[in-house]
Amino acid sequence: MPKYLLLKHYRGGPEPYHPFPPMDQWAPQDVEAHMAFLRHVSELLKENGEYVDAQALTPAQTWVRYGGPDAAPVTTDGPLPETSDLVAGWYMIDVDSHERALELAAYVSSEPGPGGEPLYEWIDVREVMSGPPSHD
Amino acid sequence: VIDEPARQLDEGALRALVPRVLAGLVRRGEDFDAAEDALQEALLEALRVWPKHPPRDPRAWLTTVATRRLVDARRSEAARHRREEATHAEPRPATTEEGDDTLFLLFCCCHPDLAPASQVALTLRAVGGLTTREIADAFYVPEATMAQRISRAKGTLRGRRLNQPGDLAVVLRVLYLVYTAGHAGRTDLAGEAIRLARQLTLATEEPEARGLLALMLLNHARLPARLDPDGRIITLDQQDRGLWDTHEIAEGVRVLQTALAEQHPGRYQIEAAIAALHDDAASAKETDWPQILAWYDDLIALTDDPVRNDPAAVLGRAVAVGHVLGAAAGLRETDRLREVLGDRHRWHAVRAHLHELAGDLPAAGAAYAEAARRATNVAERDHLVRQAARARAREPRSNSR
Repeated sequence: MPKYLLLKHYRGGPEPYHPFPPMDQWAPQDVEAHMAFLRHVSELLKENGEYVDAQALTPAQTWVRYGGPDAAPVTTDGPLPETSDLVAGWYMIDVDSHERALELAAYVSSEPGPGGEPLYEWIDVREVMSGPPSHD
Repeated sequence: VIDEPARQLDEGALRALVPRVLAGLVRRGEDFDAAEDALQEALLEALRVWPKHPPRDPRAWLTTVATRRLVDARRSEAARHRREEATHAEPRPATTEEGDDTLFLLFCCCHPDLAPASQVALTLRAVGGLTTREIADAFYVPEATMAQRISRAKGTLRGRRLNQPGDLAVVLRVLYLVYTAGHAGRTDLAGEAIRLARQLTLATEEPEARGLLALMLLNHARLPARLDPDGRIITLDQQDRGLWDTHEIAEGVRVLQTALAEQHPGRYQIEAAIAALHDDAASAKETDWPQILAWYDDLIALTDDPVRNDPAAVLGRAVAVGHVLGAAAGLRETDRLREVLGDRHRWHAVRAHLHELAGDLPAAGAAYAEAARRATNVAERDHLVRQAARARAREPRSNSR
């Protein structure tokens, strides 16, 4: 069974279908509904036997590279820190097919936003490469 | 030997034997590293075998099995001469008190040359009697990673003299780290830390050891009220105080009183005293903030330049200042910490709380949102987002939709 990452972004990706303000500016009951939905997604994936992992990342990003011999590592905030892609977290799922991965990603994207309306958030779906084949 | 039917294995009793057996092996002249590995194998064997065949003398059983493993290991290494040197060079085991064993092993595991993560892992295995698997689960890392961390830690200790009295302050810090590391994982690290601290208080008269035990008990007592069934954080002022564990509070207060009676207050005793004052209030409104502030004054007086060396204490004190002298005074206290803590979520969260106390909801909402952006824990992040949304919803002219 193939594994997929369903990546959520703080920013970046296609033009938002339905722009929305940051969550800290939503009505409290809308925040609760959103968080309850995300808990429900994790539970659903576990019940289905499709859950592998779910993690959230902090928005602080540091790019780093080797600085050369006897030099400290070189760091930067990135080329365009205000506009570049920034991953917020992921679900890793183990599913029957690519279609199932897209179906689940679309379900995640239906998460409720302000006023209980779906967020229509773009989800980045990436297949995880599997281990070496067991036969020729 | 009586052949009893399978019965519930008392894992607590089994694990309590681990430091005693290990100390016995090391005092007998066995290498700490090898003895600890051998005992871990004996422990796994015991977990497997004892439920059906409980031994008559559990301690002797563990010692025998571990010794057999040590002999096997040595044979396979073909290094028998080293053992002979070791057994002849080291003094015979003295009959010792149980408490001495615990203290001796804690000093080994909390050796100052080890990194904190290694001290914690080694302490949990060698003194706590946890399996590598359980420790790995507690820290959400693969078992092989934790096994390697423990093995490298013991490699660092190889050749060090382990019979010197160690640094009790390091031991206390490691136990507190164990306590704060875990309320979430499958392994109950908080409960384990309390058990170890209790053992430590039997081994040393140092009041700070009792202060640490009291601090853990007085905080742990509030654990049942700290999260709701959906995992949402409930702040101290909103908690259902009926859920607090009154037995744990009573024990914590008792332990703290015997420590304070010695008139050598240290940071754990002081923090425990602050926790006790919170536990003592029948409602958030009845919290004795002036007395809490007095203890914070004592706490920051322990450190030179507390803003740099103990900013967490200064931040805690700022909250108390806010409740005693007013929110504006509390905020002024936090200003001193901007340079040191300004990029930490807790600094912004405290300021948000003080703004809210002052009735400045727009500033509170903005500060909660800043705190949420800096949180490094999902439950705290979600909590701070909720607080921001709640503060903004209470603004007179809300623009939340």
